[in-house]
Amino acid sequence: MTKPRKQIILGHYLGGVNHSTVWSDPAAGSQIDFSSFRHAAQTAERGKFDFFFLAEGLVLRERLGRIFDQDVIGRPDTLTVLAALAEVTDHIGLVGTLNSTFNEPYELARQLASLDHLSGGRAGWNVVTSSDAFTGRNFRRGGFLKREDRYVRAQEFLAVVRQLWDSWADDDLVADPQSGHFVRRGDAGSFAFAGQQFDVSGRFTVPRSPQGQPVILQAGVSAEGREFAAGGGPDAIFSPYHRLAEAQPFYRDIQERAKRNGRQPGSVKVLPGGSFVLGDTEADAVERHREIARAQITGRGAQILLETVWNRDLSGYDPDGPLPDVDPDPDAPPVIQGRARIHQDPSATVAEWRAIAEENKYSLRELAIHVFGHVEFVGTPTQVADRLDEFVQNDGSDGFIIGSHLTPTGLDEFVDRVVPLLQERGSLRTEYEGTTLRDNLGLPAPARPGDRVAG
Amino acid sequence: MTQLHLAVALDGAGWHPAAWRSPDARPAELFTAAYWKSLVADAERGKLDFVTIEDTLTIQSADRFAADERTDQVRGRLDATLVAARVAPASASIGLVPVATTTHTEPFHVSKAIATLDYVSSGRAGVQIRGGGLGGEVALFGRRDFPELSWEALQAPEVQQLIAELFDETADFVDVVRRLWDSWEDDAEIRDAATGRFIDRDKLHYIDFHGRWFSVRGPSITPRPPQGQPLVTALGHSTVPYRLAARQADVVFVTPLDAAGGRQILNEVRQETAAAGRGGELRVFADLLVFLDSDKAQLDEWDGAELRSDARIVAGTPAELADTIEELGSIGYDGVRLRPGVLPTDLTAIADRLVPELQRRGLFQPRYDEPTLRGRLGFARPASRYLEGAVR
Repeated sequence: MTKPRKQIILGHYLGGVNHSTVWSDPAAGSQIDFSSFRHAAQTAERGKFDFFFLAEGLVLRERLGRIFDQDVIGRPDTLTVLAALAEVTDHIGLVGTLNSTFNEPYELARQLASLDHLSGGRAGWNVVTSSDAFTGRNFRRGGFLKREDRYVRAQEFLAVVRQLWDSWADDDLVADPQSGHFVRRGDAGSFAFAGQQFDVSGRFTVPRSPQGQPVILQAGVSAEGREFAAGGGPDAIFSPYHRLAEAQPFYRDIQERAKRNGRQPGSVKVLPGGSFVLGDTEADAVERHREIARAQITGRGAQILLETVWNRDLSGYDPDGPLPDVDPDPDAPPVIQGRARIHQDPSATVAEWRAIAEENKYSLRELAIHVFGHVEFVGTPTQVADRLDEFVQNDGSDGFIIGSHLTPTGLDEFVDRVVPLLQERGSLRTEYEGTTLRDNLGLPAPARPGDRVAG
Repeated sequence: MTQLHLAVALDGAGWHPAAWRSPDARPAELFTAAYWKSLVADAERGKLDFVTIEDTLTIQSADRFAADERTDQVRGRLDATLVAARVAPASASIGLVPVATTTHTEPFHVSKAIATLDYVSSGRAGVQIRGGGLGGEVALFGRRDFPELSWEALQAPEVQQLIAELFDETADFVDVVRRLWDSWEDDAEIRDAATGRFIDRDKLHYIDFHGRWFSVRGPSITPRPPQGQPLVTALGHSTVPYRLAARQADVVFVTPLDAAGGRQILNEVRQETAAAGRGGELRVFADLLVFLDSDKAQLDEWDGAELRSDARIVAGTPAELADTIEELGSIGYDGVRLRPGVLPTDLTAIADRLVPELQRRGLFQPRYDEPTLRGRLGFARPASRYLEGAVR
């Protein structure tokens, strides 16, 4: 039996606040003007992408107590930009990262349901949790959440939000002047939830939105994250794996957990990030990647990236010299604040890096480029299209979230040169099939609220 | 006669509770982008200064203190800031002023949302601050323990004390929102390849606000918006909100019921403005609830009660409404905000019949010369308050 060809899911992540975004390039545009977001979203829609995606950071990063000045910083309010983008696009999903720690479920459910109405069913939410007091300094409650309670809050948060989205039945909105009924029942939108984190009740103001339930995305590879993802949780999960050998077992694990939780096959999509560099020949692409990586990771930038693991001031170490000869200092007050710590065990990471640097005779900066300048897809358009397609058809994932080093025009060449090749192969739509983000992703319709909410 | 400013307040199907039953109403579309775009286009056709978009976190109710179970009135609404953002790229010149509630929400989020509205509208954003906080709102968030409210309880000293405190909290909220807008100087982004610096961090400022209800460190994550300070507005009916507006707002909406009351309110607002040291910096708008082309008597009959409102109700011809507006102008009001009884009916009448009448009388100039909302209202673009400030 031949396996049917999977349709590749594509999201476009508009970069911004990180070292990957090259602001020194003459073609680099504004990270804040609406025209940048419009261009990127419209380009992705031209390429028949499934969704446009914005990240979020609720505090400016600091190094040694002073605001970071090396990288692009400054970003808009996620939901507000997505609502405006709904005017200048027609089909593409509008997905935002929004924090479940420094928001309240009633307000966020209301905003996302509003976005779903205002976009004709294109809203999506990437649920993230945090617990750091550093971010909390910008909010009423400060650093109120214990680290171990992050998932408890996120799970309850999502449960409340889903209940709110289900609080209006499809037919509660009547708006019939003849009968004089605007709503079918006097208690439309009623809800009540009592848990460890939330004790809330009342009536929700937003009638059931076009998607019923906006699409939920989530990151997380821990066992509890996976179970959350596969159970009552998200419609899509971000995968960190780019090699088939790692990606396939993760993909299978998610599908099996989903099945055990009674979810339909294919109802949890797996999406790794994917950056790309194109060239007319493979050698061109490799050379271009080298140039881009050197623009992304300057000597100063390399010191700072390594500081995220060393947790020491490394500004005195020559970027073109060897790695710092000191050990990391994980127990000291953080040198860098406001960015996620990726490396759990600094000593092991440093040992691994020393081995890589030794083997390849890398300087400090070359090592930083090796580690942080990695690009998943470097090659000719044909090579990149082949590898994207093979990865998906072999169940490494269901698609990719494509980012670029250049805001806002970085995706243009991907849409011009790679997308037509994927379409030729029959792996990417040539026209949108439906109108909602759920339609784009091929997700099943959510259960009707009448089936879920008692009374 | 000085020129007056003209705004409209948009709310659901209109300000009459039975508006949705009118022949021209579009009740099934209240939750669509197309509906709001067409309303804003109508207002923009009349070259009005701005629209406000109503919002509350609680569901509408005929009972002021609790949700009712009526099915014959509009129930449900979308987030007003997102509605404003949705219509921003579809409009070119009109100001967009959504209502934002301050009591259970985060000043950090509201500040960056309105700053972003200013970006997506190229300098046409404002916000109407709404204190709220009591009644059904408390349980929606479940974070604060406020007493239940009723007409009887309203006069109790502890409730009056609480309401006064909520206004103090709202004042802090607006202060933080405004400080965050200023927390990036305009030229903080330098993109200096020679030194590898994207920003000059000496031009970013911690606001370090410490108040009784919250503390906010800053800076904002959003650079200073195009207008520097988007327009801050508030509705008030008594001294305490007038004082809040006098201290923190650019525009206050008030509800005079006649000329004498109009003078009294204006005097009181002016006293508060002088006390706050902000003479001339607050524009005072009178709210009027208007029926031009809709049938108020029929609406009252449908609703089973005569319409009651905090604002003066004017049902008549455009010329009659223009008389009322002219009188308010002669008393000294800077403008009026009209609440259309029925949408789009009475809004269309405002744009197409009232505006020409006001123009004929020399009371309103329907033109969009100034690109920003602040500019339209005669406000300069302010420098950041931190410009001269000490820098870490």
